Amino acid sequence: MTDQIPTAKPVPVKRDPSVAPDDMLMWILGQAYDTVNRTLEMLYYLIRGTLHWFFLLRESPAAMLGLALIGFWVFVAIFAPYLTSYDPNALDYAMLADPTPKWMPWEEHWLGTDELGRDVWSRLIWGSRTVFIVAPIAVAGAYLVGCTMGMLAGYLGGWVDMLISRISDIILSFPVLILFIILISAFGPSAFNIIVAVTLASSPGIGRIVRGLILDLRNHEYVDAAKIRGETPLYIMVVELLPNARGPLIVDACVRMGYTIITIGVLGFLGLGLPPPDPDWGGMVVKAKAVISIWPHMAILPSIAISSLVVGFNLLADGLREISMRD
Amino acid sequence: MTVFIANRLFLMVVTMVVSSFLVFGVMEFSPGNVASKTLGPYASDESKKVLFDKLGLGDPLLMRYGRWAGVLTGLMEDPLADPELDLGFDDPRGHKYFGNFGYSTLFKAPVNDVLWDRLGNTVVLAGIAFALIIPLSLVFGVLSGMAEGSLLDRGLSLTGIILTSIPEFASAVFLMAIFVVWLGLLPGTSTLNVTPEWPLATHYILPVTVLVLYDFGYVARMVRGSMVEVMTKHYIRTAILKGLPYRTVILRHALRNAMIAPFTVMLLQINFLITGVVVTEVVFAYPGFGRMLLEAALFGDIALLEAATVVALVIAVSTQLIGDIGYMFLNPRIRFV
Repeated sequence: MTDQIPTAKPVPVKRDPSVAPDDMLMWILGQAYDTVNRTLEMLYYLIRGTLHWFFLLRESPAAMLGLALIGFWVFVAIFAPYLTSYDPNALDYAMLADPTPKWMPWEEHWLGTDELGRDVWSRLIWGSRTVFIVAPIAVAGAYLVGCTMGMLAGYLGGWVDMLISRISDIILSFPVLILFIILISAFGPSAFNIIVAVTLASSPGIGRIVRGLILDLRNHEYVDAAKIRGETPLYIMVVELLPNARGPLIVDACVRMGYTIITIGVLGFLGLGLPPPDPDWGGMVVKAKAVISIWPHMAILPSIAISSLVVGFNLLADGLREISMRD
Repeated sequence: MTVFIANRLFLMVVTMVVSSFLVFGVMEFSPGNVASKTLGPYASDESKKVLFDKLGLGDPLLMRYGRWAGVLTGLMEDPLADPELDLGFDDPRGHKYFGNFGYSTLFKAPVNDVLWDRLGNTVVLAGIAFALIIPLSLVFGVLSGMAEGSLLDRGLSLTGIILTSIPEFASAVFLMAIFVVWLGLLPGTSTLNVTPEWPLATHYILPVTVLVLYDFGYVARMVRGSMVEVMTKHYIRTAILKGLPYRTVILRHALRNAMIAPFTVMLLQINFLITGVVVTEVVFAYPGFGRMLLEAALFGDIALLEAATVVALVIAVSTQLIGDIGYMFLNPRIRFV
């Protein structure tokens, strides 16, 4: 995307001394109106540009497959209560009493039941809700912290850059999985702690990307123009620089969503995920692995679920990368 | 060059001190104290109290960290080795030596007895996987990078994306369902306990396959990206136009330049393979470094966890350093500082 986001006409930052105090209210309202107007205009261009990308994506069958996979799981997560009549944690004693392997598509249980007689399909679709709540929040948190770090380091430079880069280096030299294991085992497994750990582990990487992009963008004319208009550094960073750095960041966010979903699954698998009994794909696999020789469906189905979702995100990211490289 | 290396080594030491302190601090939040974990659930309150005082667990964090560092550098004796405590801890290497990581409360043995065995097992596993990943990804990466956009290229990059997207535990489950449950060709666990039915080699097949599948796609895509970029360069066009055989152009001109960028990526795979194989080791119950680390973290075995973290960091930081130095030798344009 080469088109730059136009910013509306400059707004006087200091109050005009010629304006009478009676008109103070009008002046404040005018300022507020202008600010809202500029923000809305920026958002409009931002959303239109992003939608345009997805419009371009239709040429790539792989990316469309990715979107379809993600769309399927989003649909399932949103409409989970309407797609099954079973509580994901309810035990079906009749199924437990039946000694035959429970992996054929049953009349009452579409994908069979697990070792406690719980409906696998129901657990899968409720588990997708967990994924779609934890992963986006974790990635958004990582982006919030990472973008802040990267913008400060890239735009301000000097000792700020030095300090942020050193801290990032230390966190990045930790093998990621070890960092997760240490953090989660110390603070206890919960959705909130997973979000904090992902934020901590991913933000230095995002910060490094943002810093590189900002160093590249800060020498453009529109930044000089904003400086001459008297905009604050905060305004320049958030309104002028960040939206123009969005291309590589959207691709990276897509890849990162995939890896965060893998991480959530892996933590569940290692016994560091969400506490039982709530469904969690990784946790379902680790329990089912013990009985894989009797009822393989219990381990295979959640593995397929998590793989398909991550494949979806990575295919989408690849399609977006190709588009962003093209122009 | 010497200044560069010295600078990096200094930073490496700083990184290790800071991170080992952070691990120490983070473990503070873990519930239960070290004394009761060491003695087990049946110990009396008095003996716990004695051990608690002996270990100085009431001291501030910084002091305990200093004591741990003192034991590690061989300046102090490990308080756990005191015969008065009657814990039966005895280190054949002596009480004061450099590199003394103390005693593992989980395995009830000196950390050095546990750590290096487990690390050795992981190095074997990682070594086999690395020896397969690199040639495979080079061949496929170069083949698809040579002809960008060809059917082979698109097929390989799609396969690569799909393979890297499947988490290790999921591919392990798929492989186990096929080769262990359905065909019965391989053992389901790789504990390295050799039985007449399953010779040693069969223990390695599934873990190595899982690692190769997960990692190969990523490295191959890196090689492909670099190769695609080199193929657009003018010297390649010149070589083709002056009538060199295509084979020579690829082998002598393109390949050598295309290997510079993925070199670092490949070295970083050593790091990934040694410290990131936790999942594979847990799935197959392989007695390796990653599984030990997970067990230590879950148990709250701080000595073992600290030792494992320090070793993992040494591996991580030194592969980065070797990567940077090697990169400078490979690419004469960046021989600076």
